[in-house]
Amino acid sequence: MEENGPILEFEKPIYELEKRIEEMRNYAVTENLDALADEIQRLEEEVARQRRKTYSNLTRWQRVLIARHPNRPHTLDYINGMMEDFVELHGDRSFGDDKAMVSGLAKLDGRPIAVVGHQKGKNTKENVMRNFGMAGPEGYRKALRIMKLAEKFDMPVLSLVDTPGAYPGAGAEERGQAEAIARNIYEMGRLRVPIIVMVIGEGASGGALGIGVGDRVIMMENAWYSVISPEPCSTILWKDQEKAAARKADCAEALRLSATDLLQFGVIDEIVPEPFGGAHRDHETAIANVRKSILKALHEAGAQSVEERLEARLEKYSSMGAFDVVPAADDPS
Amino acid sequence: MAWFERRQRGLSPQKRKEIPKGLWVKCDKCDAMLYKAELERDFNVCAHCGYHFKIGHQGYISLIMDPDTFAETDSDLRTVDPLEFKEKENYPDYMKRYQKRTGMMEAVVSGTGRIEGRLVSLSIHDGSFLAGSMGSVVGEKVTRSIRRALDLEIPLLVVATSGGARMQEGILSLMQMAKTSLWLNRLSEEKIPFVVVITNPTMAGVMASYASLGDFTLAEPGAMMGFAGGRVIEQTIGSSLPEGFQTAEFFLTRGFVDQVVPRTGLRETLSRILSYFPDREKKEELEPEAP
Ligand SMILES: [Zn+2]
Repeated sequence: MEENGPILEFEKPIYELEKRIEEMRNYAVTENLDALADEIQRLEEEVARQRRKTYSNLTRWQRVLIARHPNRPHTLDYINGMMEDFVELHGDRSFGDDKAMVSGLAKLDGRPIAVVGHQKGKNTKENVMRNFGMAGPEGYRKALRIMKLAEKFDMPVLSLVDTPGAYPGAGAEERGQAEAIARNIYEMGRLRVPIIVMVIGEGASGGALGIGVGDRVIMMENAWYSVISPEPCSTILWKDQEKAAARKADCAEALRLSATDLLQFGVIDEIVPEPFGGAHRDHETAIANVRKSILKALHEAGAQSVEERLEARLEKYSSMGAFDVVPAADDPS
Repeated sequence: MAWFERRQRGLSPQKRKEIPKGLWVKCDKCDAMLYKAELERDFNVCAHCGYHFKIGHQGYISLIMDPDTFAETDSDLRTVDPLEFKEKENYPDYMKRYQKRTGMMEAVVSGTGRIEGRLVSLSIHDGSFLAGSMGSVVGEKVTRSIRRALDLEIPLLVVATSGGARMQEGILSLMQMAKTSLWLNRLSEEKIPFVVVITNPTMAGVMASYASLGDFTLAEPGAMMGFAGGRVIEQTIGSSLPEGFQTAEFFLTRGFVDQVVPRTGLRETLSRILSYFPDREKKEELEPEAP
């Protein structure tokens, strides 16, 4: 494990070059060799070129890998990194407390805000505790409870989306996973306070949308958001396991799941730039960029009256979708 | 309960040796051989085990609505290919294949019609079309049914069957869950009743949006419903699921369904529910305007 966590396959040439430069520098210092300066400079130019080439042409699948990077900042990193006085609030008051979902009150720029968000772990142990960010009905109901609390006390809501999907377990099913997600979507549609949604990592399907309805929906540059993850999409299409594994990157392309795609589809309002190479390489910059974007969104949504806001929210979602309207006489077949 | 009586009589057509082709149908669940004409008279419910055969949107129209009152709406909406989805098969080709096979243009048929005289706005999923999956057109058709219920101040009925949101329209399919659910807020505000009938199977994106948001949730016996599919759950938990998991009866006992209603009683149950709400068409007769 390197400083930045596991190295993604497509980043290997860059890391190898960086390592060589580092070694040469150390050698040059200890041996007091000025002669290596030219060689080091040449390599630095080469690595800069490689970085530009790789990171400015990321495929959708490469972005999926970056969005899943274990060292990427997660919900609590953002809360702790950009807010003060966080008071975590646990439990759905009905069944239990879902650790795949975090919620509570915090202060952003001195102002109170309610925060809900999927929580992933940084390592296996944490991920087992957090159920890999896959919430059950309890998580969605906890989030709704906190959103209702925010409405009651007139605080805006920030929702941080980062999930590989709602948990497909037997218990989750039995306690109404579908109903919990539907209820959240419905209630978020009429919550009177501003809702800002920020997709910080993975936005997989209904599990993401269950806390994903808002006045401003924003995505980080390398986050992904779609109706299904590339792997199950591939399995459904190709059936055969080997074939499905071979085609998952193509499925990521086919699903058009990047932030740029979603901006074009009118599903999101803005893209937050990430530090070069991804948020995991520089938490501080990533968090600062997210903070700036949230403050701007809060300012915009906060300026509306409640009626204007609810009307605009309905209008926003009403316009989503693509279809043609043909003259009534135009018969099929 | 005609089908029930026949069951009592112990009709056992399996015993017949020679079965003329086309006159008999084998039950998907209990393998009983059923006389086609009788099966149709029984609302396509097996007289032996109560299995509900698939009847498609036409079947529900004739089951639920007063004869000749159904008028289709929004048939002018056409599916497009916003993602230019080409993985395995081009989406437009895939659609054409289903359109040819079913004679339908999309997985939902919408319209207005009467139940015991009461005008309702309705959307009916048809499982024979791409498993009733929801893309932009399905979402828009359901939304327009909601808006029609609002405009005409008439109850909304959705007969659901769906594998979920449609992959080939990506994020736009997912957003149909939000679009429909947000319009249901408006329906609630205007106190217009919304009845959902869950039929086999109703899963994922449709179950996790409007199919879970009815004021009244009825389900057909044995209908599978839920969020994740059975095989995915089994892979997750690493063991097999008990018999009857995720059926309508299962969710009735877990508190997510108001009633499990056999097809034979569906029209009557719907009509009884609607009788609790003012018939806005008759409003003027009942409350003449003050002079
Ligand atoms: Zn049978």
